[in-house]
Amino acid sequence: MELNYEIIAGDFSHAGFASSETKKVLKQLNISPKVIKRVVTALFEAEVNVSAHSYGGKVTCDISSKGISIIVADTGPGIPDLNLAMSEGYSTASREIQEMGFGAGMGLPNIKNNTDSLSIDTREGGNTVISMWIDFKNSAN
Amino acid sequence: MTLREVISICSGSLVCGKQSLDRTVKLGFASDLMSDVLTLLDDDILLITGLSNIQAIRTAEMSDITQILFVRNKPPTKDMISLAEAQGITLMTTPFSLFRTSGLLYAAGLEAIY
Repeated sequence: MELNYEIIAGDFSHAGFASSETKKVLKQLNISPKVIKRVVTALFEAEVNVSAHSYGGKVTCDISSKGISIIVADTGPGIPDLNLAMSEGYSTASREIQEMGFGAGMGLPNIKNNTDSLSIDTREGGNTVISMWIDFKNSAN
Repeated sequence: MTLREVISICSGSLVCGKQSLDRTVKLGFASDLMSDVLTLLDDDILLITGLSNIQAIRTAEMSDITQILFVRNKPPTKDMISLAEAQGITLMTTPFSLFRTSGLLYAAGLEAIY
């Protein structure tokens, strides 16, 4: 089953929509609440990131009996130093993002902690593609 | 403690979720940082926050948190209330600060997560 959502740049009121809709679908599929929480936490942080830092993007969720693959692809401008961005506490967020309750440098680490596999393809000036996999059998965090 | 007791302890008021007043909550977490809330593994938490915006409701939804107490009388907007109602999240407000609210509820038996 494939689910597709748009993420609009700068539209913080919309951030969380894809996660909310995905949560509904996973609940209907009787996936365990612990696994659902991991999925929606990772996806929600990714949505906030795209909304806050990019020119906009798309979410594609592919649900199978084994787990969920989530691809979050934006249209730029890329992450100049991925290692730095992955370190807890590092952030380039604006005051506006901080006022929304984010921007403390916990987004990407939170995504990493809630996924069973994570790859981030990015370059400065290009776009960023985050590919996540969450196993339905693994509820460890 | 019940949500009714939470409201009474911090001289608060109920915004939405009247049917949940007798629901009990064991744990409390006070933060304005939603990424921090998203790291919590426990459910059944009372989120105490000064962040009165739609992302607080979204964060609660993702974290399976079904009650939020907004401090310093920051009234939730109509959009926040309708999202909370749709998700079955009870919203409350208190005139007290985050510090005072947390202190009162902790002293009354609401447990800390960390």
